[in-house]
Amino acid sequence: MHPTSEQELAEAIRDARGPLYIRGGGTRSLGAVEGDMLATGGLSGITLYEPGALTLVVQAGTPLATVEAALAAENQRLPFEVPDMRVLRGSQGNSTIGGVVADNASGPRRVQVGACRDSLIGIRMVNGRGSVIKNGGRVMKNVTGYDLVKLMAGSRGTLGVLTEVSFKLQARPEAEATLRITGLASDVALAILRRCLGSPYDVSGAAHVDAGATVADTLTLIRIEGLAGSVAYRAGELARLTGDCDVVADEESAALWRDVRDAAPFASMPGAVWRLSVTPGKAMVVPDALSGAGIPHRRLWDWGGGRLWILAGPDAASHAADTIRTAVAGIGHATLVRPVAGMANDAGEATEPATIAALSRGLRTAFDPRGIFNQIKA
Amino acid sequence: MYMPPPSALVLSRKAEIVARLQDALPADAVIDDAAETLAYECDGLAAYRCPPLAVVLPRTTAEVSAALRICWELGVPVVPRGSGTSLAGGAMPTADCVILGVARMNAVLETDYDSRFIRVQSGRTNLSVTGAVEADGFFYAPDPSSQLACAIAGNIAMNSGGAHCLKYGVTTNNLLGVTLVQMDGTVVDVGGPWMDAPGLDLLGVICGSEGQLGVVTEATLRILPKPEGARPVLMGFDSSEGAGACVSAIIKAGILPVAIEFMDRLLIRVCEDFAHAGYPDCEALLIIEVEGSPEEIDEQLSRIKTIAAAHNPVAVRESASEDEAKKIWLGRKSAFSAIGRISDYMCLDGTIPVSSLPYVLRRIGELGTEYGLAVGNVFHAGDGNMHPLILYDANKPGDLEICEALGAEILKLCVEVGGCLTGEHGVGIEKRDLMGVQFTPEDMEAQMRVKDVFDPKWLLNPAKVFPLDLSDSRRR
Repeated sequence: MHPTSEQELAEAIRDARGPLYIRGGGTRSLGAVEGDMLATGGLSGITLYEPGALTLVVQAGTPLATVEAALAAENQRLPFEVPDMRVLRGSQGNSTIGGVVADNASGPRRVQVGACRDSLIGIRMVNGRGSVIKNGGRVMKNVTGYDLVKLMAGSRGTLGVLTEVSFKLQARPEAEATLRITGLASDVALAILRRCLGSPYDVSGAAHVDAGATVADTLTLIRIEGLAGSVAYRAGELARLTGDCDVVADEESAALWRDVRDAAPFASMPGAVWRLSVTPGKAMVVPDALSGAGIPHRRLWDWGGGRLWILAGPDAASHAADTIRTAVAGIGHATLVRPVAGMANDAGEATEPATIAALSRGLRTAFDPRGIFNQIKA
Repeated sequence: MYMPPPSALVLSRKAEIVARLQDALPADAVIDDAAETLAYECDGLAAYRCPPLAVVLPRTTAEVSAALRICWELGVPVVPRGSGTSLAGGAMPTADCVILGVARMNAVLETDYDSRFIRVQSGRTNLSVTGAVEADGFFYAPDPSSQLACAIAGNIAMNSGGAHCLKYGVTTNNLLGVTLVQMDGTVVDVGGPWMDAPGLDLLGVICGSEGQLGVVTEATLRILPKPEGARPVLMGFDSSEGAGACVSAIIKAGILPVAIEFMDRLLIRVCEDFAHAGYPDCEALLIIEVEGSPEEIDEQLSRIKTIAAAHNPVAVRESASEDEAKKIWLGRKSAFSAIGRISDYMCLDGTIPVSSLPYVLRRIGELGTEYGLAVGNVFHAGDGNMHPLILYDANKPGDLEICEALGAEILKLCVEVGGCLTGEHGVGIEKRDLMGVQFTPEDMEAQMRVKDVFDPKWLLNPAKVFPLDLSDSRRR
């Protein structure tokens, strides 16, 4: 199915006889999904772009690259720094903006401006009953009725097919700079990141990359953005908190953060990769558990420790999955982003408590009573 | 405002309901005396009043769960209440309801500066959340004007905003987790001190659900390090068009003040009389606040002033001291009470695209003339969240009805230009019957199905948010 309008999509869903596999750009695959493919690429185009109001309304099948180019022309951007998972996952294709929303895909700037869901201000969708539904709109402050906008962000196509999404945007900053420190042990580095995020200097990125063979290879990064004078001032103040560091600016800084955003250091390494969201102060718990169990792994912390990418080699992957599942329970959650052959789709992910699972199941049934959207193969 | 008649069955069982609640809760946690329940007969939408059947004031999540379970078993509607400051009637009782007030649950449960969160009981007031962390250099960002009184529970129920959300976002952007008690007494922990959900974003739909999905008893909130400093600047214009164009130009230039507030002449005068902030007397006033070190503030303000110069301001004045800054904000945050000194008023809350500001302000003026009532404007201009204040005389028969009709016209205008009925106050009963202006029946059906999942009997705050004819079959 390749609908080219919302109406056509609604009809196709009403007429569907079996499960549907919703596909945007195919860059963030959900694993093995059942059913006929429903491609969203025919729902493409920018509906409304008002730079003076920092507002964008765009059809869900629009390529992310098209959106980014349109915004760049006005010196604006999506605030939440969309990760590009193609390198890590070895996937092809071009991300669509609807796929980005369905995955709530958010990068390093999450610590400062929030996730995709925080910039998303409106949606249109077709639910499993074939009804067209809108929620939110094109204004930044809107509490009219329930917030189904947030519910759709990160729902991975299980509630409905997005047809249009609206965002509040951000002006590109005049300057950016990154403080870079090498050779720090992880616990020391994480303490520095916390100190910087607890300072008034409006940090927009705080990462520690421990992907090499030794401590000497580690990289600790702290980013600031804004007016040139202000960036220079804050870089100076932060350097007092970090100790010895060098400062890189603009494109050189941006390149460092693209790598963090995409977990690029793991791209060329074999093995399974998990993405964890944890209580920032508990950033060492899962790595310590892995080390304690003698499981070799590499790690990359973003969001000041709140996001953690873990790579475990092919031989250690299933052992690591068990350890991660146990260690992450109660302090956050884990998602397997790149399995190795023979792994289950949800290896290492903690089970939802029964109360949450019951509510989630109820909502999925309310939106999609026939259970046709993005059902993962058992 | 029409409310469905109370259930005769529930009213007839009052003695049994109260006895069951008294059995389960401490003696002082259940109020059923007619004189005492009167204190809960309304919230901030004081034009509408109705004493509840009874009031419960639990101290723990377990007590909330027990009280809800009893009401669920006996089929008694429950209206959750924080501090009762809702301007939309979100906490307005019905005669057959039990008010569940969380005001006694105001403890700080945990603060963690390493992970930058605070966990509080939901009856804690907004300002006292900041109060608990400010000595350590942190604050809680959402700052509704009622922050001295309003509770976190109500902030979550209405997804409250405030003047500084242009930079820091509203409640939903600063909420990490909640403990929610469902109507049948089930206690659910949603989210926690980590970011984002592994599955469906339940927290996202709970926030702003107006107490219809469950009672929030605890909340994990994101706290932020306080900026080095902040300074507001006042800019007066001889037309609201000029002020509106200036706002748009500042935003487009990539400068992000923490707040851009707008007042028209009526509000400028009323607030100046109240706060003596030194507001210039002009058609339209902007209060623009920026943050940072003194040098960063200077840099931002100088750019803002350069942009503003192209829009012919009639007055530009930076606050010269902390005390002056406080007065500038006191005037703005007291706008509603200041106008309350001169007249009865109704406060609207629609949001519009910033680009429509001049048109909407002109139309509001015309509509006010048409209906014969004065309308003042004070609002969050940076994000288009308007607060038209319609002045009327509560003692003059028919005036409230004219005021409500004018209010409805203004809100329809907000939707017409691409905005919405409410930006931060919520729907409650006030905008319930206007929902059809913004949503189709199918849009609302999708929302009501969410309530079906959390509260299948529709006992929590039932006759609100959705037009009564649409929710009728569910509420029976």
